[in-house]
Amino acid sequence: MPEPSLAVLLAGALMVSLNVYVVMGGADFGGGVWDLLATGPRRTRQRALIADAIGPIWEANHVWLILVVVLLFTCFPSVYARMSVTLHIPLTLMLIGIVLRGSAFTFRSYDSQRDDVQRRWGAVFAGASIVTPVLLGVSVGTIAAGRVPAAPSGTFIAAYVRPWLSPFPLSVGLLTLVLFAFLAAVYLTIETADAELREDFRRRAIGAAVAAFGAAALSLGLAYREAPLVWRELVGARWAMFLQLGTAVAAIGALAALSTRRWQLARAAAVVQVSCIVWGWGLAQYPYLLPPDLDYATAAAPRVTLRLVLTALGAGTLVLIPSLYYLFRIFKTRPS
Amino acid sequence: MPDLLAARSQMAMSLAFHIVFAVIGIGMPLLMVVAERRYHTSGDPNYLDLAKRWSKGTAILFAVGAVSGTILSFELGLLWPGFMRFAGPIIGMPFSLEGFAFFLEAIFLGIYLYGWNRISPRAHLLAGVMVAVSGMLSGIFVVIANAWMNAPTGFTLLDGQAIDLDPIGAMMNPASLSQTLHMTLAAYAATGLAVAGIHAALLLRQPHNRFHRAALTVALLVGAPAAVLQPISGDLSAKYVAQHQPAKLAAMESHFETSRGAPLVIGGWPDVEARETRFGVEIPRALSFLAFGDPAAEVKGLDSIPREDWPNVPFVHLSFQVMVALGTYMAMVSLWAGWLALRKREIVANRRLLRLLAFGTPMGFIAVEAGWMVTEVGRQPWTIQGVLRTRDAVTPMPGLVVPFVFFTLLYIALAVAVVWLLRRQILQSPTHDDLPSRLVEDPRHA
Repeated sequence: MPEPSLAVLLAGALMVSLNVYVVMGGADFGGGVWDLLATGPRRTRQRALIADAIGPIWEANHVWLILVVVLLFTCFPSVYARMSVTLHIPLTLMLIGIVLRGSAFTFRSYDSQRDDVQRRWGAVFAGASIVTPVLLGVSVGTIAAGRVPAAPSGTFIAAYVRPWLSPFPLSVGLLTLVLFAFLAAVYLTIETADAELREDFRRRAIGAAVAAFGAAALSLGLAYREAPLVWRELVGARWAMFLQLGTAVAAIGALAALSTRRWQLARAAAVVQVSCIVWGWGLAQYPYLLPPDLDYATAAAPRVTLRLVLTALGAGTLVLIPSLYYLFRIFKTRPS
Repeated sequence: MPDLLAARSQMAMSLAFHIVFAVIGIGMPLLMVVAERRYHTSGDPNYLDLAKRWSKGTAILFAVGAVSGTILSFELGLLWPGFMRFAGPIIGMPFSLEGFAFFLEAIFLGIYLYGWNRISPRAHLLAGVMVAVSGMLSGIFVVIANAWMNAPTGFTLLDGQAIDLDPIGAMMNPASLSQTLHMTLAAYAATGLAVAGIHAALLLRQPHNRFHRAALTVALLVGAPAAVLQPISGDLSAKYVAQHQPAKLAAMESHFETSRGAPLVIGGWPDVEARETRFGVEIPRALSFLAFGDPAAEVKGLDSIPREDWPNVPFVHLSFQVMVALGTYMAMVSLWAGWLALRKREIVANRRLLRLLAFGTPMGFIAVEAGWMVTEVGRQPWTIQGVLRTRDAVTPMPGLVVPFVFFTLLYIALAVAVVWLLRRQILQSPTHDDLPSRLVEDPRHA
């Protein structure tokens, strides 16, 4: 039996990686949403800003997802195996989305700059940027609803489709999409020195924030029926009250900062708000990785593996943090 | 199509697709760094132009490599949950390390591609070095995980469960050294000689184009030494296979009967029913010598392996022959180029060598594909040699032919787009016979 504390640490590392993926990689998908919804006289400039913002960093941001997958199959192999079976269809579709988003974005940058060519790649990039977050959310929702069993049973539909194709997982998918779009819009206000563009994205960020509130309420409502474990915790537990309070303060703070055009503060508040939602889900499931039966201690790999991975994570982080800092300092210093 | 066959086909296709981009992702950064370094030392702007143009192509190929690699990390579970459940804790370690190496690669590639005007030339070159080193390390870590599937160590098997795990011991498995060496050299040889081949072809048309001359020099500098060393590392690999995977070696060599002083069969077609090789050329005792360093050594044949545990012999044998033939061609051409360089002769002026190089353009990649066919198909019916059968690792989900068709279409679309875009990049290369060759006063990038 592995030391529970070691398994908790690694489950925590997994959540941190997922959290970073959501606030960094998520915004890259959100950028795709705004590429699709680019309107008005500054349409072309909006798209150019999004491309400039994503270009140098999306591949590094994407690696956080790889880290999540690797940590999952190394430290909690049975969780990864069970997910891969029941969620085969949404995960496969999500993969196709990831592939099309990344490649279409790059192809667009290096193909002919003619309008029709750019629009064609742009459509694939934007379409994939919408499909992928929805399916990521759907997969999370299915897990939260406790519908990833040890062995699938019944008909094909019952085993491989119905678990995820239902209102609650879909609502989580919608929430994920809206949150990613929200993050992207907030970040984009800082990415440009152009006041008009900044206003464009300010309006979009406020709109997305309101939509996120609606989507979150919808998910929570549906959780009552479909994900009772998560619902009970989120509504009843004492820790959840603090987290809910944190989310609310951050959400209102982000809106207030956007209204008063305090961009840095808005960005910080948006990150806190989305992170609170991610952790709310993770903690509500605690100690289960796959409710209602598979907890982190049972799912954990033998201790020797956990210890080695933790060491590798520590050493890796020492190299990673300065490198990431360097990358973001070069490309994300505010243009003057 | 049966589900197991669909799953294997999808995995094979994904690996075959990804490996091309993985190889380029390891090789191209080194080419770019060498070119950029040459620009710094010589001031010849052709080298800077080269590094910049190559970096555009690399950006396209790296993006496809990153996303096709992501497909694989998910497919390990989507198609083979039984394998990952068993193997995750044992070989997760190299995958975790690969994760960090890939992180560095992506970070510094972003800096390299988009940072030409934002950081000092020195820092830029250093970012390129980081990409090259971390790219090579990523490849090595992933190949170590694959080596473990061929030579599983670092655990004890008890009632189908792995106990007493030793993930470091698993990384140090007997196949790791020979496989990582062979694959790393293959990446440099394939990329270097493919680039050399393209520019050799262009030089045949425009013999005085300084841009293509510079490109050929850099590409040969990387590709030729690797291609010359590759047969030596291949010998190391064969000796490992002979010792640890006799079924694979027997299939590679189409060696049906266990015998002492076994001959090496070159070419030929294995007739599995008759258990003999038709139309092959035999070199007496050569197999025993190559496999064990002793012309009289006993080499196990397929007759020592239960029939149901044979891999697909004709396929493995043919793939192996293809790999060795192409590798030999590449080594020979590289030796010739090296010989000319040593004697200070102009490689560019030797039109026969240019033709041979141009002809060899795709060979490294075909050899890499063939080599992986030998490694992977030669291990069948096992996913983990002697431990887990492929049919026991596959997902229970039915209808796997559907994702297989989906991914096939996706890969075709991606391949068409990549070829189209690269063609565009190459067609845009400078065509004047005399590109600027003046030394620039200020070596900072424009």
